Amino acid sequence: MSTTATTAPQTAPLATRRRWRLKPGWLVLNSNVLLTFLFLYAPIVILVIFSFNASRQQAVWVGFTIEWYEQMIRDERVIAAAKNSLIIALVSTAVSTVIGTLTALALDRFRFRAKTAFEGAMYLPIIVPEIVMAISLLVFFNTSFNLLDRWLGLTLKFGLGTITIAHIAFSFPFVAVVVRARLADFDRTLEQAAQDLGANEWQTFRYVTLPLLMPGILAGALLAFTLSIDDFVITFFNAGIGATTLPLEIYGRIRRGITPEVNALSAVLLLASIALVLGSVLLQRRR
Amino acid sequence: MALAERVETQPERPASLAARVVDWIRRRSGVKLSLVLGPGAFWLVVFFLIPLGVVLAYSFASRGAYGQVIWRLTLENYTRFFDWLYIRVFLVSVWIALLTTVICLVIGYPFAFVMARVPRRWRNALLVLVMVPFWTNFLVRTYAIMLLLRNEGLINSALRWLGIIEQPVTMLFTTFAVVLGLVYGYLPFMILPLYASIEKFDFTLVEAAQDLGANTWQVFTRVMLPLTMPGVVAGSILVFIPSVGAFVTPDLLGGGKVVMIGNLIQQQFLTVRHWPFGSAVSFVLMAVVLISTMAYFRVGGERRV
Amino acid sequence: MGRTADVELRNVSKVFDNSVVAVDDVSLEIEPGEFFSLLGPSGCGKTTTLRMIAGFEMPTSGEIYIEGRPMGETPPFRRNVNTVFQNYALFPHMTVAENVAFGLRMKRVPRDEIARRVREALQLVRLAGFEDRYPRQLSGGQQQRVALARALINRPRVLLLDEPLGALDLKLRKEMQLELKHLQMTVGITFIYVTHDQEEALTMSDRIAVMNAGRVLQVGTPLEIYERPSSRFVADFIGESNFLEGRVTGLNGQQVTVVIDDRVPVPARAQDGLAVGEQVTVAIRPEKIRLRPPGMERTDGCVRGRVEEVVYIGTDTYYLVRLTERCTVRVRVQNSQNRLDSGEAVGEGAEVLLSWVPETAMVLKA
Repeated sequence: MSTTATTAPQTAPLATRRRWRLKPGWLVLNSNVLLTFLFLYAPIVILVIFSFNASRQQAVWVGFTIEWYEQMIRDERVIAAAKNSLIIALVSTAVSTVIGTLTALALDRFRFRAKTAFEGAMYLPIIVPEIVMAISLLVFFNTSFNLLDRWLGLTLKFGLGTITIAHIAFSFPFVAVVVRARLADFDRTLEQAAQDLGANEWQTFRYVTLPLLMPGILAGALLAFTLSIDDFVITFFNAGIGATTLPLEIYGRIRRGITPEVNALSAVLLLASIALVLGSVLLQRRR
Repeated sequence: MALAERVETQPERPASLAARVVDWIRRRSGVKLSLVLGPGAFWLVVFFLIPLGVVLAYSFASRGAYGQVIWRLTLENYTRFFDWLYIRVFLVSVWIALLTTVICLVIGYPFAFVMARVPRRWRNALLVLVMVPFWTNFLVRTYAIMLLLRNEGLINSALRWLGIIEQPVTMLFTTFAVVLGLVYGYLPFMILPLYASIEKFDFTLVEAAQDLGANTWQVFTRVMLPLTMPGVVAGSILVFIPSVGAFVTPDLLGGGKVVMIGNLIQQQFLTVRHWPFGSAVSFVLMAVVLISTMAYFRVGGERRV
Repeated sequence: MGRTADVELRNVSKVFDNSVVAVDDVSLEIEPGEFFSLLGPSGCGKTTTLRMIAGFEMPTSGEIYIEGRPMGETPPFRRNVNTVFQNYALFPHMTVAENVAFGLRMKRVPRDEIARRVREALQLVRLAGFEDRYPRQLSGGQQQRVALARALINRPRVLLLDEPLGALDLKLRKEMQLELKHLQMTVGITFIYVTHDQEEALTMSDRIAVMNAGRVLQVGTPLEIYERPSSRFVADFIGESNFLEGRVTGLNGQQVTVVIDDRVPVPARAQDGLAVGEQVTVAIRPEKIRLRPPGMERTDGCVRGRVEEVVYIGTDTYYLVRLTERCTVRVRVQNSQNRLDSGEAVGEGAEVLLSWVPETAMVLKA
């Protein structure tokens, strides 16, 4: 393929495409690709379509309506859950981006005792099953709240605080991994050049290292935000009674029975995360 | 010319307070390290390692009559796991996770192959298309599958409308539904590492093998598969780990009829309130995951030329 | 200003963590306004030496003085030297003007002065009008000049250049060599220039230090280094040399006679401390040897040989001439005539006579 492209630049695309289509092997492979994409996207698309279906039974298409969306916007529980989700995601993103970036820098730039052990421990939150992390935080918060109550008379409860702390705990290692990948490609002579030109360590970091790491940090932040907004399992175990997030709200409603309002809510969450991904892709392409 | 004048050493400007603080930190690498590493280490230790430690401790404790934890050390929680009831849950989980992994591999390999072979300008588009569902809410995606598989769902409606069936086929709350949900959820985890290793594969080797008389099957099994093995192993582990510990998928798509380890843990903590046993089950799950990860690193280490 | 050297290295050594000795007891004095080159093969320690002067590496032992002041652990940003990096190390997120202004901004020089000096510096390297471009929009040669401007704008006492022309193609490299030399003479700043390209070093330098395996083998002007190499390594690394192993048989004032393979006596330049019977190596450059057909025999210092190979390389022709069973020499003869018209003067298999001025042949102790 590539040889034709180099020898005959004008006709190459056509020839390449024709050969690519005609081989029976490619046909099988191509249909595999198409079917896979169908498999990946059909359920999502159908979900979105049916969120506009006028029927309550939903089995068949009756007519177009935005009634479920209107109901959703008027639903105070949904609004409260959305607000909670947003607050948690913003705080957890901010904190885990800072912590994750610092950790990446520490691992990339410093040598210290037990570094390998620390690295291994840092990857644990990424590979440990969510449910294990969820119950361990539940047990930990529960136990420490009991102890604080008994020893100091301090009454703490599950809620937005515990959720946010938990989200930071599983997000910041992801940020660290993303930023560290960026650091691995980092040309250290740029920092030396800055120092050579009279920049002290802080100035070097501020004017050279940080701006060059920014795409990685932003990517990490976006990842942290998505992880937080989407998280269900860990939130579910650490929310307590009062605090609800969007995924918790959706889960509760699914358990109570499938209704068109859930479809609308799900569709919104879906489109929001798709917008986030596409946004980040565009953001990175521009750089 | 201005540069031609030889300027004597510039007098050092008096440093600002901030600069002096930074300078003080600079000279003490220990201080700097603890500032940079400290927050991460703190969060990791306090909100991850200590909680795991507490769970480990609980797994050796006993349950009181009202579900409270009693500090009487015992191995009971672990021996209890060998009850057929729980062994079955364990085996079902591993079986479902393995099935999911194999199906993802069978779908994912040819997919990644095509992705690595299409003209370069299409690759990024395909990559984004694979990534998008991966980034969307897992719960919502599971719910989307639920909508399709229900007795009143689109598939059953369509089949009935076509006259193929009269009574709805039960698909929801079966092992099939759980595996489908897991494949749907974790397929991108398989495709991405496979793509990465197939993309690095030197396709002139295929021509070399053909030139030496290998047929298509031999080219695949003798040349391509061994050289893309790191991707296969990485993808398999990345699918197996979340599948074996799945909670949402069996919860929604299994509906209590398919119980995996994740559901067992949830029951013990939220319904039965037997925290020590739940802790022990969690640690068994952790062990499975860590052993698979270490197996991955060992295989990955050997393959790295 | 006095006669203090701009940069002085006293017994500087650098041992890396993996116990590799990169620089081994190096002492150098670099005079103000000098174009000084560190020349050697890759891994000889020249870049490490430069990085120690810049402050990126600290010597394991010894001391570096800049303008007479011991540097100790002084960080790079407190040293009055600037570096032009091998890959230029231009900041990719800054424009040309921002790159050049960086050093002055760090020193909090007033804005209008920065603007003025950036303009001057870019004019100096003939890049006026490129202020708002980004490094990736520039050619290799232009990036190179930005790197120069960025360093020179700080008016350093010493400019360190680490193979700055390495990434450029041959033609551009030749152009930049002359430009660099011209620039250095204009601004009058001391240049310390690291290169593995002997021709580059010979073209530009006032003095050269030849390094190998962490040590400085010889320091001298290009002329001294080329004409009077003090060791076999230097004679081999800079230009080409024939090495003839033999024994000293006669000492005669300015001249010694060395017998090759106990058969062929050759003349060479005398050197202190030579004794009859000593085993030595005679180094003689191919272009210093004259090659004539036999029959024009002269008694003094002629060596007889047989041509084994003739290689035409355009400007010159190389002859491989066998003197004894074990010993051959390469002779380089300039093609002053049109070889197509005159034909091959000497063909393969021809008997020839070789001669040279004895002063051009160096005796190196074995």
